[in-house]
Amino acid sequence: MRHAWTLTKVRMRLAMRNRAFIFFSLVLPLLFLFLFLGLFVRGNVAGVPYMLASVLALTIMGSFWGLSMQLVTFREQGILRRFRVTPVGAGAMLASSIASNYLLTLPTVFIEFFVARRLFHMRDWGNLWGVFVLVTLGIITFASIGLIIASVTNTAQETQVINQLLWLAFLFFSGATIPLPVLPVWIQQFALFMPATYLVVGLERVLIGHVGAFAIRAELLSLAVCACIAFLVSQQLFRWEPESKVPRSAKLWAASAIIPFLLLGVWETTYGHVRSTATTDFMDTVEQVVPRTGGRLRAVPQNGAPEDTAPQDPGVESNPK
Amino acid sequence: MCYRCLFNVSVPIIDVHNLTKSYGAVQAIRGVSFSVEEGEVFGLLGPNGAGKTSTVEILEGLRPPDGGTVSVCGLDPQSSGNTFKQEIGAVLQSTALPDKIRVGEALAMFASFYTRRRETNGLLDRFGLTDKRNAFYSQLSGGQKQRLALAMSLVNEPRVLFLDEPTAGLDPQVRREIYDIIEELKREKKTILLTTHYIEEAERLCDRVAIVDQGQVIAYGTPRDLKQRAAGTSRIELRLLRPESEDTLRALEGVADCRTTDGLYLMHSTRVPQTIVSLVKYLETQGNELSSLEITAPSLEDVFLELTGRRLRD
Repeated sequence: MRHAWTLTKVRMRLAMRNRAFIFFSLVLPLLFLFLFLGLFVRGNVAGVPYMLASVLALTIMGSFWGLSMQLVTFREQGILRRFRVTPVGAGAMLASSIASNYLLTLPTVFIEFFVARRLFHMRDWGNLWGVFVLVTLGIITFASIGLIIASVTNTAQETQVINQLLWLAFLFFSGATIPLPVLPVWIQQFALFMPATYLVVGLERVLIGHVGAFAIRAELLSLAVCACIAFLVSQQLFRWEPESKVPRSAKLWAASAIIPFLLLGVWETTYGHVRSTATTDFMDTVEQVVPRTGGRLRAVPQNGAPEDTAPQDPGVESNPK
Repeated sequence: MCYRCLFNVSVPIIDVHNLTKSYGAVQAIRGVSFSVEEGEVFGLLGPNGAGKTSTVEILEGLRPPDGGTVSVCGLDPQSSGNTFKQEIGAVLQSTALPDKIRVGEALAMFASFYTRRRETNGLLDRFGLTDKRNAFYSQLSGGQKQRLALAMSLVNEPRVLFLDEPTAGLDPQVRREIYDIIEELKREKKTILLTTHYIEEAERLCDRVAIVDQGQVIAYGTPRDLKQRAAGTSRIELRLLRPESEDTLRALEGVADCRTTDGLYLMHSTRVPQTIVSLVKYLETQGNELSSLEITAPSLEDVFLELTGRRLRD
C-alpha cells in the first residue's frame, strides 16, 4: 500500500510535467465541453445536463487511453524492469496507475461541472452523490480496461490500434456523442454489451433524473464487477519485461473481463431498463429544448419504429424548409 | 553439522550450481557453476551472447532458471520475494527511468521502497550528482545516468550488488569514472558481481573472474592465475609500413597466432626473441619496415584466445 501511494504521487508529478497529458486530459475535455454546450445546446439551459453527461462520460472513458499507453511505453523503455528488482509488486504498480489516473481526472470533472453551472447556467448539480459514485467507479473501470489493454499488447503501436478501435466504439455506440435513442435498434442492442453505455446512461440519470446511487445500482454493479475482474486479470497478465511477449492464454484471460457485460447485456436485452430510461431522459431533454431551438429529433423506440420527438403542435413546429 | 560449519569454512554469499537456461532452441546457459565470497568483486567475463546477462538476471530473480540451483545471501531469488529484494542492489543493462523524473525524486522514490535505506543526499554527493538533484533524467549525460543508476542500486545498503555491463556504451573517460566508483565500493568490502566484455575492466576491478563462452564457464580464478595459463605466450603488437598477409607472419618462428585489425597486427609468440629476429629478417627481404612494435605480458584476452581460438570481441 505504501509503495502504491509513493508511485501514485510520482506518477501524478510525471503526468503534470507531460504536455500531451495536459492537452488530452484537461484541454481536450474542456474543448468538448464548450463545443457540446456552446454549439448543440445554444444557450438553452435545459439541454446542459444532457450534454454535460456526455462530456463527463468522454472525460472518464479517456482514462483507459493514457494509462495503457504509459504502461506499455514504460515496459518498452525498460523502466518497469528497474522496479522489478525492488520490493515493488505488480499490484502496487497497477494500483498506482488507477489511483493516479483517478486523482488526475477528478479536477477535470470538477472544472467541467463548474463551467456547466457557472458559464452555461445549469439549473442544479443533479444528484451529486450519484455523480460522485459513478465518476469514481467509471474512472476505476476504464482505467482497469487500460490495464488489460497494456497486458495484451506488446508495443505502443499495437496499443494505439486497440485504443482507437475501442475509443471509436465507446464514442459512437454508447450514447456519448450520438444519443442512444436515435441510434438504430441493432446498435442500441449492441450498446448494452459495452461498459461505456452504462456510464453514459447512469450519468444522464443522475444529472437529469436526479436519481441516487441506489437507482443506478445495475450500472454501478456492472462497472464495479468489470473493474474488479479487469484489475485481477491485469495483475495476472502483468509483464515487467519488454521482451516477454503476451501468451495466447493471456488473451483468453483478458476476454474474461467482458463477461459481466455479456451477462448484463443479455439480461438488459431481456428484462432491462437502460434503453427505456435513456429514451426517457432524452425525450425529457428534447421536449424542453426543441421548442426553443427548433430542432426535429427522432428517437427510435424499443420496437424499432422511429418516433417523432418534436412537439406535434404546428404552431410550435419551427423547422421551416 | 555441515562441513562448512565444522571446518569454519565461509559460506559463499552467491552460490550457483549447474545452472541451465534455454530460450526456445537456444541454450543460453549450459551448466554454469561458481561461487562468490562476501566482500569479493567477482567478474563474469565473456563476449556478447555468452550467457552473462542471463546468469545475472537469474541471480537477480528476474528470470527463472531451467535447471540447477542458485542461492544469493542464502535465499532462493525465485521464491524469497521481498526478503530477497531487500538484500540486493542492481544496475541493469537495458533499463531507464521516466524522462521527466528529477534525479532527487528518483533516488528518494527508490529509497522509500526499502526497510533499510541510506540517506539520499549523501549518495547524491558521493556520486557527484548534487548539482543535478533537480535535473530531469532526460537532461543527464550517459555517465550521469550511469552514476545515478549506481546510486540507486545502493539506496538500500545491499549485501550483494549486481552490475551488469556497467560501462557498456560509455566513453573511456566516463568509464574510468565508473571504475573509480567501483574501486571505492571494493575498498568498502561490498560484494559485487560484475559482468563485462572489457578485459581491462575485469583485470582492474575483479578479485576473481569466470570466463564465460557459449553458456559455459571455460576458466575460473583470479586474473593473475588465469593469465598464468597463457604465460607460455607473449603478446606482440606491431604496425608495418606496408601490409603483409596474416599467414606469412603466422609462419614466422615462435608465432602461435596472428590477427590484424585496422592495420594493427596482434601476434602471440611462445619465443619472443626468435620471433622478433625472424620478423625483422623477413621485413628486410620484403623491403618493408616496422612502424611500431610493442611486447606485453599476456592478458585475459590472451587467455580467452587460447581457450576458444577467438577474440573476445569477435
